[in-house]
Amino acid sequence: MTTSTNLVYLIALPLFSAAALLLLGRIADKWGHIFATLISATVFVIGAIEFFAMQGRTGESRAATQKIFEWISVGTLHVDASLLLDQLSICFVLLISGVGTLIHIYSIAYMSHDHDRRRFFAYLNLFIAAMLLLVLGDSYLNLYVGWEGVGLASYLLIGFWNQKPAYATAAKKAFVANRVGDVGLSLAIMIAFTQFGTVTFAGVKESASGASAGALTAIGAMLLLAAAGKSAQFPLQSWLGDAMAGPTPVSALIHAATMVTAGVYLITRSNFIFDASPMAQLMVVCVGAITLLFGALIGTAKDDIKKALAASTMSQIGYMILATGLGPIGYAFAIMHLLTHGFFKAGMFLGAGSVMHGMNDEVNMRRYGAIGKVMPITAATFGLGYLAILGVPPFAGFYSKDKIIETAFNAGGIKGILLGGATLLGAAITAFYMTRVIVLTFTGTKRWDENAHPHESPFLMWAPMAVLAVGSVASGFLLSSGSALVNWLQPVVNEHHEHHTEEFLPPMVVSVMALVVVAIGVAFAILKYRTVPVVAPQEVSVFTKAARKDLYQDSFNEAVFMRPGQKLTAGLVTTDYKVIDGLVRMVGWVIQTSSTALRAIQNGYVRSYALIMVLGVLALVTAVWLVTL
Amino acid sequence: MSILTTLQLLPLIGAIVIAVLPVGNAKLIKQTALGFSLLVTIVSIVMAFGFKTSESALQFTETRSWISAFNINYAVGIDGMALALILMTTILVPIVFLAGWNESENGRWSVKVFYILLLILETMMIGVFAATDVFLFYVIFEAMLLPVYFLIGGYGVGERAAAAMKFLLYSLFGGLLMLAAVIGLYIISTNQGGGTFDIAKLSELRIDSATQNWLFLGFFIAFAIKAPLWPFHTWLPTAAKSATAGTSTLLLGVLDKVGTYGMIRFCMSFFPDATKTFTPAIITLAVISILYGAFLAIGQKDINSLIAFTSISHFGFITLGIFALTSQGLTGAIFYMVNHGFSTAALFLTAGWMIKRRGSSQIADFGGLQRVTPILAWSFFLAGMSALALPGLSSFVSEFLVLLGSFAKYPVAAILGTTGIILAALYVLLAVQRSLHGETPATSSGIPDLNLREKIAIAPVIAVLVVLGFYPKPVLNVINPTTQTVMTHAGVSDPVAKVAK
Repeated sequence: MTTSTNLVYLIALPLFSAAALLLLGRIADKWGHIFATLISATVFVIGAIEFFAMQGRTGESRAATQKIFEWISVGTLHVDASLLLDQLSICFVLLISGVGTLIHIYSIAYMSHDHDRRRFFAYLNLFIAAMLLLVLGDSYLNLYVGWEGVGLASYLLIGFWNQKPAYATAAKKAFVANRVGDVGLSLAIMIAFTQFGTVTFAGVKESASGASAGALTAIGAMLLLAAAGKSAQFPLQSWLGDAMAGPTPVSALIHAATMVTAGVYLITRSNFIFDASPMAQLMVVCVGAITLLFGALIGTAKDDIKKALAASTMSQIGYMILATGLGPIGYAFAIMHLLTHGFFKAGMFLGAGSVMHGMNDEVNMRRYGAIGKVMPITAATFGLGYLAILGVPPFAGFYSKDKIIETAFNAGGIKGILLGGATLLGAAITAFYMTRVIVLTFTGTKRWDENAHPHESPFLMWAPMAVLAVGSVASGFLLSSGSALVNWLQPVVNEHHEHHTEEFLPPMVVSVMALVVVAIGVAFAILKYRTVPVVAPQEVSVFTKAARKDLYQDSFNEAVFMRPGQKLTAGLVTTDYKVIDGLVRMVGWVIQTSSTALRAIQNGYVRSYALIMVLGVLALVTAVWLVTL
Repeated sequence: MSILTTLQLLPLIGAIVIAVLPVGNAKLIKQTALGFSLLVTIVSIVMAFGFKTSESALQFTETRSWISAFNINYAVGIDGMALALILMTTILVPIVFLAGWNESENGRWSVKVFYILLLILETMMIGVFAATDVFLFYVIFEAMLLPVYFLIGGYGVGERAAAAMKFLLYSLFGGLLMLAAVIGLYIISTNQGGGTFDIAKLSELRIDSATQNWLFLGFFIAFAIKAPLWPFHTWLPTAAKSATAGTSTLLLGVLDKVGTYGMIRFCMSFFPDATKTFTPAIITLAVISILYGAFLAIGQKDINSLIAFTSISHFGFITLGIFALTSQGLTGAIFYMVNHGFSTAALFLTAGWMIKRRGSSQIADFGGLQRVTPILAWSFFLAGMSALALPGLSSFVSEFLVLLGSFAKYPVAAILGTTGIILAALYVLLAVQRSLHGETPATSSGIPDLNLREKIAIAPVIAVLVVLGFYPKPVLNVINPTTQTVMTHAGVSDPVAKVAK
């Protein structure tokens, strides 16, 4: 373990930048966006320097730590504000600051007409700081601060235009759904502390094998709940579609490339818990498999380009989550897909933003069509991302997604067939809905609004898209050549070299199967969308209807949680006033009434006082007599 | 003379000085009051620097005979818990003065009376935490009701007289129960060799468990009304709805803490057996308070009652932490008391400014404030984030410590309490959305943002929330010895981790 003194700057720089831009107010309007972008770029440079420094070190000394200060020390609980940069966290540092910087650059142009651009950049920097804390904290409690920090940044950015009530509601929904997940993270930390007496990753890892199966499964289940909240996985997925209310660069950075993958990070980071609990792993693969199909199905019916991409994100993260449940070898493939997805999905979101920018913020793909001709760069970069997500060789997804499909099949037995089948089916549906997006947006006939005059976006916007497109092409090959990423991550996730899975299907067969189902999906979409009505047809199958309604996720939540909750609240408010406070008021009333009655006795006549006195004496004597009887 | 006595006398001297100032010169009266309260802040900070965290004994003690026939003394001294609460008080008072600079002008009585009442209240608030003689504590506990009664009844809004009366009668009822228990303790001490009201000596008494139970209840019910705990809470929203923002801040932020402070200082020290007996019932009430307060907060239409109900939820957390009786639970609970003071101050003061600008306390009458009054909106938002215990703010540290500390011994209570964080997100974000987001109604356009005075008032509150969120160590170091003393006295130690390294 190496001691570093630079790690703190990764977080402190964007944090102070965010605070400065918010506190300075309108004074910083002129240069705030440039400043924030430079800060983000600086963070990337520091991350890159650390990365090369790590490569210069070997084995155990690759990971670096930095204790910043003692945070909480009560009884046996000692938590330092302390950072850990290891082989896993550096992947995230480079992704967050790299894609983050590109999106800062893109936003300079994208948000140039917004009155509150400075505030937007402050939030972006706040997000970078919180997300880096999430992946760099050396304990679950440090991670928690980043975890809720990115939730706050996400809330602020989804609601950036919160003067629109629907957008404000979307922001709130995201925060509340995330809080449900946060309950999981809180409880996982509490169980870990009562079991192991520590909340650091290293400490828990050291003792994990000694805990009971029940305790490990409980921690695993709670971590999974947390991951489901942050990564929009079943059953906490419903907020992601609405989160598209945020400006599109936000959707690219936070709700595609980085924050929503935090759940994958959490499970990978906690590999020592999941590896020790087959039950928890089973829950993980189930959630992953359900979500990857759930998201893909929703993606087939969305006409809003951002919501189609959001459903796709949910589905792709489902692949990653599924992979993390497949034991030591799965983690590396999950992270690989996370990184390649970071490139191609961020690229496609920026592409969608570019189209919207040229189409007066129109998001309905039924009003697009033939945009490829007027926006060639956007179409080309989006197209490369498309090939990557489909898994066409040699694009990025081919390396990362096929590995997950292969590993799923290799899980063995009926489980392997079910999981492998789910991932394969997901690949086919992905091919269908992504082709649908391409066909509806870039090819076919114009269905534009009469005021639309689409044009290619400025350099500051297309340059980041081009860089991400390069990543969509090359990242898969680079990460997997010579098992680069698998070997790199091995010290973190696979210390015992115990992975020795039997090959259910050889890689070649898996690739061929995947390509065949993808081809079917593509062909089906091309045939189906030869003509596109501007108004979505209403005479559609129940499946399409269900997918349009997000498989009734909101209806379910509203019927099961929201409306009963509202009734309970209203009932309690009434009870509080009528029953509890009613009793208090009754006591008051009784006292008041009886004292009014008693006042009548205070009439000033000596004879009535004498009578009362006699009665009193009699009562007293009787009482004494009764007691002594 | 101990610095503690000086600290208590200063606001009183201020009140006397104001009493001789001309009634008509409101500005001079306000400046004098502010000056004295700032002086108190400075003296208390000087005192804090002289406090030794390494010592577990009471510090800055002073004892003077008061009613020698019953061995009643003016006896003061503080430990870490009392120091933290006194500092919170002395910092909040000038902030309240500054924030509500004009709120005394529409009262039934003069500006002069308002500040005399507040300064007398400050003397009592310091005294109640400093008293080491139960009789002295009791006298202040009851006497401090009066300034608050007059502040609500004389300077509040709406049905202020009724709200003040409800507050007074409810609190007096609790006080009477406590008086009976105090007398009971004195009699027992007389029987065991020498009548005393000294807290340390009373803690050494041997009391049989049946008597302990009765006396415990006498104290506890008084404190549960004060805190307040469900189902003794209904006076609080009524009071908060009618009181001025400053009075509400001091009432919920400081006075209510006397309840939870008393549970630790008296219930636990005097009656260890009874504490054990009643703990399951109290933990249950605490959990009910957490969830009930949160649900009721979600359902409120008046912003001040909403804040009052969030406090009922938060007092549930504090009580849970206290009676979990683990290092993390107890330290978390005491730290929670401090954080809740600042957090509630931020909520009441910012809400008060919103109400004043808009002329209504109905949440539905706000909306779109973020784009009209950004600084006020940010202040209210941060206050809300503190109420939902966002990590990075001090309330997170204390709330998490409470839950973590409770989990080891009362997992079901801790799990239920943890679900309270979802409800907290709901009550805060619903209020934030309704008041700050959405289109700005015509009635709100053009209202002014915070002025310099208001900015100066809110800045230190937010600074405390942020700084203690990242660096709580100085306060935790002050509180930890108190926790250890209480736990040692109760004869409990922390649960040991199941899997030892």
